[in-house]
Amino acid sequence: MTMDAARQTPHAPGAGLVDPTKQAMLLSALYLAQEQAGYLTPAAIERVAQRLGLSPGQVYSVASFYSLFRIEPVGRYVIQVCKGLSCYLCGGAEKVADYISAKLGIRPGETTPDGRITLELVECLASCGTAPAMRINDQLYENLTLDAIDLALERLLEGGEHG
Amino acid sequence: MAEWEPVLLANVHRPNSEKIGTYLAHGGYQALRKALSMSPEAVVAEVKASGLRGRGGAGFPTGVKWGFLPPDAPVKYLAVNTDEGEPGTFKDRLIVERDPHAILEGVIIAAYAIGAHRAFVYIRGEFFLGVKRWIKAIADAYQHGFLGKDILGSGFDLDVSVHRGAGAYICGEETAMLESLEGKRGQPRLKPPYPAQVGLWGRPTIVQNVETLANVPHIILRGAAWYASIGTEQSKGPKIFCVSGHVNRPGNYELPLGTPLREIIEKYAGGVRYGRHIKAVIPGGVSTPMLTARQIDVPMAFETLAAAGSALGTGAVIVMDETTDMVEVARRITDFFVHESCGACVPCRLGGFRMLERLEAIARGRGRPDDLAKLESLARGISGLTFCPLGTGMCEPVLSGLALYRDEFVARLNTAAKR
Ligand SMILES: Cc1cc2nc3c(=O)[nH]c(=O)nc-3n(C[C@H](O)[C@H](O)[C@H](O)COP(=O)(O)O)c2cc1C
Ligand code: FES
Repeated sequence: MTMDAARQTPHAPGAGLVDPTKQAMLLSALYLAQEQAGYLTPAAIERVAQRLGLSPGQVYSVASFYSLFRIEPVGRYVIQVCKGLSCYLCGGAEKVADYISAKLGIRPGETTPDGRITLELVECLASCGTAPAMRINDQLYENLTLDAIDLALERLLEGGEHG
Repeated sequence: MAEWEPVLLANVHRPNSEKIGTYLAHGGYQALRKALSMSPEAVVAEVKASGLRGRGGAGFPTGVKWGFLPPDAPVKYLAVNTDEGEPGTFKDRLIVERDPHAILEGVIIAAYAIGAHRAFVYIRGEFFLGVKRWIKAIADAYQHGFLGKDILGSGFDLDVSVHRGAGAYICGEETAMLESLEGKRGQPRLKPPYPAQVGLWGRPTIVQNVETLANVPHIILRGAAWYASIGTEQSKGPKIFCVSGHVNRPGNYELPLGTPLREIIEKYAGGVRYGRHIKAVIPGGVSTPMLTARQIDVPMAFETLAAAGSALGTGAVIVMDETTDMVEVARRITDFFVHESCGACVPCRLGGFRMLERLEAIARGRGRPDDLAKLESLARGISGLTFCPLGTGMCEPVLSGLALYRDEFVARLNTAAKR
């Protein structure tokens, strides 16, 4: 859909050397490229650059601006604990992260040695009305309790497909 | 005042509320039919007369913005802001997930009014369900002839596409959003020129928040006079208030603008938890200055909150009880803004970082005696002096926290420390 949108869009006059309609596909292309290895390998960046007529430096510059694009490998499951104000006020944030840290033996920003699970503290997930909140990959967990965290972690550790 | 009957949130609690069939069964797309029978100019005039102001934070009059488009521009665009990232705010996600057609109908009417044949929906990358809901709603609208060529036989054409952001709060700022839609780093552009003059790929572009757009069908269907009868002098219509923090019933509450903050907290959100008392309230998301317990009779409207020294912002009400550590609140909010600064301008990037250093030191009991003055001077060097409004937003919680809860900051200073 994005690609079609970009193709239909007329060029701005005097837009320079980069084809603006191709560049508009960059975020979508990066999402696709990231699906394969779970992060953007140098080879993936190179390929995206070639396909869109950009330099690898330009692609890297854009990719590194956005937190959902990964330049480093991450676990198959990424646990993102909200550290926003409302979650903090409702007993979440670092308290939730600490609890998970103790269970998994990793700190925020780290990945389990088997490469399966990464733990992160992230900004507001727009679930402040159902705080505390966290996300595991694309699944949102709201109104978190210790039991609910235990259950979610158990499922991950058992290796069952998540969600 | 009589109980407010929700308009914007009338559908969200119905089973299958996101489906086009549900939307149609409850009067959906009637406003579009009516709008297409009017002239575009008449639609703009109606929205202008309604007094609708933007719900994305800045509160700019919507119809007035539409009037800024150069009338003779051959190509114009509509960009739909679903980037919702202001901490405390969770209303846009609700509407997109539960009632996407309510926004889409507003998108089509707005595009018709301004003469845009392309609309770009920008959505926060983390809104996985929202992305799916947007795409499905658009596909179904094409099927029903509400999008595409010759919409409902009117001769009006519109194509809409969905574009995922990728985790950057600043991309909610309208010019950063345009950069991101063009596939670039989300760095704000200098204004003026405003997007209505020079927007996406240089074309005049109207950027609108999704809650704003969800108001449009109701204005068309029930008329500007009805809409303008709701609210206050300068703040018309209903607003979704997101209430979170130390309350018994956090959640989204749709109420007329001008509803007193106290009523929202006590009557709707069930009051403060554990029978405690309010210490502070952030009325419009973390970039709006805090209010104290004594200020909560303020009506929640643009002009009344400005008079109280704060702002309506996104309508995200964060309630903090007497146990709250106000130094930590200031530190946490500053940490957010420093992390989300795009880094392009020095006052925001460096000044923010320096403020955070001082706040972290104070929070750890290692603040120096002159740190409060230092914080204030740093904030004065940032607020209003940055490339985009993020820097100003970053200073509000610090300055208001320092002004209102100074004793708490002072008590945490390490008076033995020397600079
Ligand atoms: C730092 C920053 C972040 C913003 N984030 C959002 C956002 O997530 N969603 C939004 O609708 N508006 C956001 N805005 C406001 C937009 O710049 C713009 O005013 C708004 O999208 C216009 O639509 P409206 O008039 O319908 O509110 C943000 C502004 C700033 C300065
Ligand atoms: S603060 Fe955690 S979801 Fe908003």
